[in-house]
Amino acid sequence: MKSLLRKTALATLIGLSAPAMASLAYVSNEKDNTLSVIDTETMQVIDTIAVGARPRGILLSKDFTRLYICASDDDTVQVLDLATRKIVDTLPSGEDPEQFALHPNNKHLYIANEDDAIVTVVDVTTKDVLAQIDVGIEPEGMAVSPDGRWAVNTSETTSMLHWINTETFEIEKNIVIGQRPRHVEFSKDSRIAWASAEIGGTVHIIDVDKLEQIHQMSFKVPGVNQDRVQPVGIELTSDGKYAFVALGPANHVAVVDAQTYDVLDYLLVGSRVWQLDLNKDETRLYTTNGVSGDVSVIDLDDMKVIKSIKVGRYPWGVVIDPNS
Amino acid sequence: MFRFMFLAGILLLTTLAALPASAADTVNVHIGFLQWKPDTGPVLSNVLPEPEDAGLRGAELAISDNSTTGKFMGHQYKLTARVADSEQAAISDFEKLQQQGIELFVVNVPASTLVTMMSKARPDTLVFNAGASDDALRTRECHTNLLHTIPSYAMLTDALSQWLQLRRWNKVFLITGPTPADVAWANAFRRSAKRFGVKIVKDKPWTFDADLRRTAAKELPLFTQGKDYDAVVVADVRGDFGEYVPFNTWLPRPVVGTQGMSPVAWHRVVESWGAAQLQSRFHDLAGRDMNSADYAAWAAVRSVGTAVTHLGQADASSIRQLIFSDRFQLAAFKGRKLNYRQWNGQLRQPIPLVHPRALVATAPFEGFIHSRTEMDTLGFDEPESMCRING
Repeated sequence: MKSLLRKTALATLIGLSAPAMASLAYVSNEKDNTLSVIDTETMQVIDTIAVGARPRGILLSKDFTRLYICASDDDTVQVLDLATRKIVDTLPSGEDPEQFALHPNNKHLYIANEDDAIVTVVDVTTKDVLAQIDVGIEPEGMAVSPDGRWAVNTSETTSMLHWINTETFEIEKNIVIGQRPRHVEFSKDSRIAWASAEIGGTVHIIDVDKLEQIHQMSFKVPGVNQDRVQPVGIELTSDGKYAFVALGPANHVAVVDAQTYDVLDYLLVGSRVWQLDLNKDETRLYTTNGVSGDVSVIDLDDMKVIKSIKVGRYPWGVVIDPNS
Repeated sequence: MFRFMFLAGILLLTTLAALPASAADTVNVHIGFLQWKPDTGPVLSNVLPEPEDAGLRGAELAISDNSTTGKFMGHQYKLTARVADSEQAAISDFEKLQQQGIELFVVNVPASTLVTMMSKARPDTLVFNAGASDDALRTRECHTNLLHTIPSYAMLTDALSQWLQLRRWNKVFLITGPTPADVAWANAFRRSAKRFGVKIVKDKPWTFDADLRRTAAKELPLFTQGKDYDAVVVADVRGDFGEYVPFNTWLPRPVVGTQGMSPVAWHRVVESWGAAQLQSRFHDLAGRDMNSADYAAWAAVRSVGTAVTHLGQADASSIRQLIFSDRFQLAAFKGRKLNYRQWNGQLRQPIPLVHPRALVATAPFEGFIHSRTEMDTLGFDEPESMCRING
């Protein structure tokens, strides 16, 4: 542990001057109540941290010092201090938090309460609940636009995107998309939102200025029955070139041209691929594969899967700390 | 400053767009729920009784699910439920509710009652069968405006037979109870066994009338004597003697069918594909676990809700048209989008195989292929059915 700490400290120091260096990936294991910590340099699990019951959504604070964890069955959001890898705090979250998103102000956390059909907004500094917003059945995906203007929630059974004004905490627009919307991802310039519909088998492209759908994508994976193609997680490269879409039980990740919306390739990963994250220099993509209990690592220069790393049972979320 | 005003303008516009639809645009969706379950007589395994409100609570949950969506769109859902104490009363409830202008019904009654009801249905009345699994309703006694959300016996026994074949447990001992439902289930199983290469090495009716709680351990080993078999299949739909078959067989063999490991529409142990959320919503509402009848009623009311969300209107003929179009897909917590078979109105769906404390597997299984969808390896495919309810 001591050597680990030293390594982390050293890594942080080097991190200040040299950007291209190993960082850590955190994976929430839904059925093990743990987080796996992966060293992205060696691509090995270097630590397993016990957390609350049924950990699902995880995200990093904007200063990369804390990791927030939705402990769904404990009805709480836990705060993990990354330097010590200890749970240092819990936040009020409403019931059954599943996914959440942090406003760029690093304070307002938007939490989807799956069992209660509400979105709870918590100030992570004061722990005050700022608002509870009624949304559709089974709120799931949460995203805040990089410019901080919109928080978007997807409700799975209602099949809607709820657009929440982050100043008034009120819904300003509802957009019906395909069945069972799961995830929303904004482009870096906040102008385009990508939303996946798991049962619909579609990804919907929304023009954020107009709040209108401008394109709808579907996928055809060779040799995979169409109703097993179920888009979930989405990740976009910051240069606006690529989008990656996790296709669930189709066991593939779609590589999409983010300008033309053409599918360029399908990459075979583990079983029921759920969530995705890019490493800091965007050379590698990590995917969580729920059923096979592993994480696939994709090399983006070659667009090839180079490794699968066994983690805990039902890995759900993955985030890579660019600063570690 | 200019930019700010521009932004404010957009905000104002979007706010207007987001306001609930005005009263004039409100769509009222009124669904009738009818239930009549004949008394199945005394059963031996009466330790854990079936809930009496099975079906109804599923419909109630779906109304609440629909309403949450509806409040963002100006759609209001209402359920009028009638639980009858006789066949006569159920049929007269059906006629009365039609007179009140209700066109959409979810019905949990026996097949014979349902057939009588359909003969009294108005041209625009759309009925979802959420209770009768009888194969005849899917092969011969079809009706243009009758849809089925409860799986047929054939779908259940096809799921079971695929699994027996997959495990290579393809020599089975079949025990059939005395009721018409038991016989119907067993007939479905015989068809499925033939279809998937499962051999029934012994086919024996259950004729005992002793109280097995005292003597099961003595009677059943003798009853299940045989040279060899891989599994025992029980057809005991009402749950009379079947619970006493496991662990009392002559050979040490697993028991499957209506007891032991069973193919079902739904069960508490189904948790994947977001089902955990449906289970917990149901438990909050009903204070008990969700079963197949609840699921079938839920799927029926949600089918209406899904159609109304698309259409923005609630007349039965438009709903029927949408349901049979390729735009319809029901998200129903079974890992695939569900829709209805064009020829007989049966909801296609994966079938979980469960034992009381866990999910064993979900049919259809890999390797059982079909040109349309693998789900059509379960139940009556188009050439096997005489129904052509869409012409």
